[in-house]
Amino acid sequence: MEADYKVKLEVFEGPLDLLLYLIKKEEVDIYEIPIERITNQYLEYLSLMQLLNLEVAGEFLVMAATLMYIKSRLLLPEDQQVTDTEQEEGEDPRWEVIRQLVEYKKFKEAALQLAQREAEQSRLFPRSVGEVTGAEREVPLAEVSIFDLINAFNTVLKKAQEKEIFREIVEERFTVSDKIEEILFILRDRAELLFSEVFEKASSRAEVVVTFLALLELIRLKRLRVQQPEAFGEIHVIKVA
Amino acid sequence: MTIELKHILEALLFSAERPLTTKEMRTILAEATDDENPGVAESFRHTREAAIAAALEELKVELDTAQRSFQLVEIAGGWRLVSRPEFAAWLTKLLDEARPHRLSPPALETLSIIALRQPISRADIAAIRGVEVDGVIKTLLERDLITITGKSDAPGRPMLYGTTQKFLEHFGLRSLDDMPKAAELRLQAAALKTAEDKVAGAAGESPENSNEGSAPETAPSN
Repeated sequence: MEADYKVKLEVFEGPLDLLLYLIKKEEVDIYEIPIERITNQYLEYLSLMQLLNLEVAGEFLVMAATLMYIKSRLLLPEDQQVTDTEQEEGEDPRWEVIRQLVEYKKFKEAALQLAQREAEQSRLFPRSVGEVTGAEREVPLAEVSIFDLINAFNTVLKKAQEKEIFREIVEERFTVSDKIEEILFILRDRAELLFSEVFEKASSRAEVVVTFLALLELIRLKRLRVQQPEAFGEIHVIKVA
Repeated sequence: MTIELKHILEALLFSAERPLTTKEMRTILAEATDDENPGVAESFRHTREAAIAAALEELKVELDTAQRSFQLVEIAGGWRLVSRPEFAAWLTKLLDEARPHRLSPPALETLSIIALRQPISRADIAAIRGVEVDGVIKTLLERDLITITGKSDAPGRPMLYGTTQKFLEHFGLRSLDDMPKAAELRLQAAALKTAEDKVAGAAGESPENSNEGSAPETAPSN
């Protein structure tokens, strides 16, 4: 990857957000987490985030360690498991994470309703000018979570890898700045693109990564915004007027 | 013109720059004088809060039925006049620049946790969210949506945070009971505590208590 253009994108979402995202995506019950599958996916997302140089909080690694610990415990036959003196005998090691997820999910739902109230409130103006209720009329740019974007990125990346198998090796150099120009050029006389279209011409893994970074940067700069009309569906990239 | 209580209140609310409580309105009524119209202000001196509340409800209905461009709402423990949502397009144009940004999902989550679990320390918020909250806390403090309410007795004596009056106003909440999921998430904290107390109590002795516990397999059959 080119070092000329470092994208500094802080991930404000935490490991619990990622877990909830994966659980929802896999359509599994929170209380019956298939630990092996979820752990593998979690690690896959984590490595993608690192590949993209996103600022990943240390908590993500702590959670990865916890998941792997749980997975290893579940792999052992019960009579060979080390008895943790702190834990109650026979307690499912997933329980602590599940309890945390369930509680956190409730707060997330409360936050969602609060956002709804904020939106309603932003249409009511009190006598005093702009001081109180307030919320900008501007449409929020991140209608899609970072994990949705990484998920879409992963799909494109896998496609690019398939293509790569029978390809001549040519040295190619892509820079994020070039890709930014390119995306803006495509959007010169179009208002909207599909996420997958942005990557249509990308032929290598490196190019996909750089293109994705360019996209993230454009979102951060508020030149583009992304929308996902359907949960886990195709992401739309829209030009900000 | 005969002066009615509800119209005095309407005038107060029209001119006020913040929500007014019925108590504040009662104090104003009790202290106002008017030399031009002797006796009028005095006749409202002993108005009770209940009468004020009733007059406000009446005024609210009156504004609604007359289809005025503004309405009376209960917010942050008080009352205030606000425009109706149908007029947002034009008012936005008029007042756009003064309006603060909408909050990000992490900020809203942190705010929900603080609102429902206050007073709460950064460490306890981080434990629920599973990620550090320092940056978010700073933003919320700057926006005056939360405030430091004290210090915990826990090791290191960490600061405790709570929500402000402005928080209620920002979201159009009458009080914290109005918070989404208030019953469930605030009660849960209380229930958790009683459950802990029960466990502590059951560990002592008293077998009668055990069937109240959360573990069904330990409940005696009769």
